[in-house]
Amino acid sequence: MVVVSKKPVHSVLYLIFCFFTIAGHYLLLNAQFLAAVHIIVYAGAIMVLFLFTIMFLNMNAEVEPHKPILLKVSAVIAAGLLLAVFTGVLKGAEQIPVISGDGQIGMVKNLGLVLYTKYMMPFEVAAILFLSAMVGVVMLGKKDLR
Amino acid sequence: MNNLLNTIPVNDYILLSAILFTIGVLGVLFRRNAIIIFMCIELMLNAVNLLLVAFSTLHNQPDGQIFVFFIMAVAAAEVAVGLAILVMVYRNFTSVDINVFNKLKW
Repeated sequence: MVVVSKKPVHSVLYLIFCFFTIAGHYLLLNAQFLAAVHIIVYAGAIMVLFLFTIMFLNMNAEVEPHKPILLKVSAVIAAGLLLAVFTGVLKGAEQIPVISGDGQIGMVKNLGLVLYTKYMMPFEVAAILFLSAMVGVVMLGKKDLR
Repeated sequence: MNNLLNTIPVNDYILLSAILFTIGVLGVLFRRNAIIIFMCIELMLNAVNLLLVAFSTLHNQPDGQIFVFFIMAVAAAEVAVGLAILVMVYRNFTSVDINVFNKLKW
């Protein structure tokens, strides 16, 4: 649906629907904190950014020129081959035994404990990444660079 | 709370995320609108996230979920920068068609 819908706004709405279903999967997989963060970050922030850009660029009723039919067919074939390769490679995971815990692994307490002890350094690097991204966006967004 | 992967085999989740990833790749190859290509990249990142969470639950380890957290952070930064670049490109070319951008090589 994201791929085939004509208007970009419809595409965004289908993508939001897809994100909500993925958040539901996270809930089912005992990752409650991630489900909440996923909805907040993706459906709340990223999709709003996409919608804002689409409306800012005024692409609502634009008829987009499509690629030639040969390229489309080859894209579908390539994607199908990729799917075949994935299913072939990733088969055999059913031999891995399931380790049943108490289902508390995805709670804020456990995740925070791991995040702020074992993964302290990547956390700081992510903060620096955000800072540089913010500076870069402000630089790009300026009308004229000097 | 019961572990869902006792009732649903992890193979189903692998298949689901492979299908999601393939849809993302298909979108990147299929469309010419740069914004939709960005959305398909988000879809691919989400497929990987779903797989990481599934395996994190399978092994009962929180590390996979931490990695998902970092991937979300990187995705957010990437989208912000990418859309800013796109807006700037639109100002110069008045189009978001990627076939117009092949002048970038000049």
